[in-house]
Amino acid sequence: MASITLEGLRKTYAGDVHAVKGIDLAIEDGEFVVLVGPSGCGKSTLLRMVAGLETITGGTLKIGDRVVNKLEPAERDIAMVFQNYALYPHMTVYNNLAYGLKNRGFKKPEIEERVRKAAKMLEIEEYLERKPRKLSGGQRQRVAMGRALVREPAAFLFDEPLSNLDAKLRVQMRVEIKQLQRRLKTTSLYVTHDQLEAMTLGDRLVVLSAGKIEQVGTPMEIYARPASMFVAGFIGSPAMNMVPLEYLQTRGTTDLLNDLPPGTDTVGIRPDDMRLSPPNTPHLIVESTLELFEAAGAESHLYVRLADSDQPTVIRVSGQPPVNEGETLRFFVTREALHPFNSATGLRTG
Amino acid sequence: MVENRPFLNILTHLVLIAGVLVVAFPVYVAFIASTHEPSAFVRGVLPLLPGDNMFESYGQMLSSGWKVGGTPPVWLMLGNSLIMALTIAIGKIAISILSAFAIVYFRFPFRMLAFWIIFITLMLPVEVRIIPTYAVVANLGMLNSYAGLTLPLIASATATFLFRQFFMTVPEELMEASRVDGAGPMKFFKDILLPVSITNIAALFVIMFIYGWVQYLWPLLVTTDEDFYTIVLGIKRLMASSDRVPAWNLIMATVTLAMLPPVLVVLFMQRLFVKGLTETEK
Repeated sequence: MASITLEGLRKTYAGDVHAVKGIDLAIEDGEFVVLVGPSGCGKSTLLRMVAGLETITGGTLKIGDRVVNKLEPAERDIAMVFQNYALYPHMTVYNNLAYGLKNRGFKKPEIEERVRKAAKMLEIEEYLERKPRKLSGGQRQRVAMGRALVREPAAFLFDEPLSNLDAKLRVQMRVEIKQLQRRLKTTSLYVTHDQLEAMTLGDRLVVLSAGKIEQVGTPMEIYARPASMFVAGFIGSPAMNMVPLEYLQTRGTTDLLNDLPPGTDTVGIRPDDMRLSPPNTPHLIVESTLELFEAAGAESHLYVRLADSDQPTVIRVSGQPPVNEGETLRFFVTREALHPFNSATGLRTG
Repeated sequence: MVENRPFLNILTHLVLIAGVLVVAFPVYVAFIASTHEPSAFVRGVLPLLPGDNMFESYGQMLSSGWKVGGTPPVWLMLGNSLIMALTIAIGKIAISILSAFAIVYFRFPFRMLAFWIIFITLMLPVEVRIIPTYAVVANLGMLNSYAGLTLPLIASATATFLFRQFFMTVPEELMEASRVDGAGPMKFFKDILLPVSITNIAALFVIMFIYGWVQYLWPLLVTTDEDFYTIVLGIKRLMASSDRVPAWNLIMATVTLAMLPPVLVVLFMQRLFVKGLTETEK
């Protein structure tokens, strides 16, 4: 087990393409850090640089106290779980797990013991003699995890390991990965584009955009105080609504807008912070037209268009309110629900 | 096509049977001819049932050959052909799988140039470059040797190209996973890539074995010593005796024997073929 330290890590491809533009990040020993961002943000590249599958253009990468910039993946004491599992198709599950140990010169009894232990932990003991193609998606996923487990490495690297699974299995495996990591306390770096997966798995999230860190923090910190409009839009589903401050200022009772930090010209409001009934605290009242009603069981999504504006907006309410498409809706927003941003810089103003 | 009409069923079977007959009948006639007296075949009426001369024809060809026609015993020529076909097939596969491995998995200067140079040789089969190739082989003193018979036919762009195409469909993650698992390039090649390519290797082996087996022009040029005659060459020599009635029974016996090894190779490799076709997972 070890910490992972990234200092000014950069990756430049031929033709002056900057995939990763200087990342500083300290991952503590035993921590579960999730790299999250839209596709093309450089998160996978960053992970592969940590793994040693991608060369490092600039900066320093340390695993524990060792600088590993130039080391082969095998020498970095890491294990990786790939998106498509990358199981060796001609080997049995047992040999898939044992291959890395064999290459490292482990003795047979030790290999056997470790493979059995990992197989037991992942409940794949009965498949040990099967070939990967005889396994279901979930089972393959477990084998891929097992291959990482048996090595007892300093760190686990996960490259979107759940994206090939169906929705139900994904939730199940997500919980299992979390539990496993809690139990083993192995430093883990996990890449995903799914914000829900990121929120639920990580001790800390690193939100990336265009090769740069947008924000680092615990999931709730990031959810409660997104540092930029990008993070605000990316974390949370449905995405945060962005309303121009000017618009709100024309909507009646606006005293509570006065204490917004200077420089604010856009206000973010989470869909769940738009209430259909007036709260006791001071609030804004906004009128809108309901365009689409989406019932999602325990909650409903109301797609509305603000009055005198083209602004499409989403409201999330629990249960199923008695509303009809086309009718005019009033919703209420308190001061606490307002996230102040400056649209020119894209950053939070306070 | 999922059609359930008896008429179509019958029709498809008729077409298939006709196809099989067209292919199989000449083979059958060859075999029948080899079991009759030498004269039976030239009488004008084709015998369609086996004769009683089978053991004599085959016995003679296998043991002593046909001295008058200048043909060594068939087993010697079969042996030569077998050595030639095997060397060509194995040599081609060994060389092309390694060069495809280099081209697909390594980044070295002039990699694409190397690939295109190999690729361009597709346009230069032996027949086109036969005189310079002969000169090279002759100057190296390889006439009348197995090396001379096989080496010029081993270099193969086709197989390199096929392996390259196949390697490019092998997920890159397999290579990355094995790197993380501590396997160097050659270990990855041996432990992962070779087993994954086994069906492709089998398919190419069959094609290349038959390619080597049916070579005529090249052995004709580089061998003058009877000890190095291949079976195809031998058949031609049996037929070439101009001032005599061809000994059809002996010729057909040789032909039948010459057909056996490729047939066996196809039969034995067929299982791997089918596996390669049905196995979609990589």
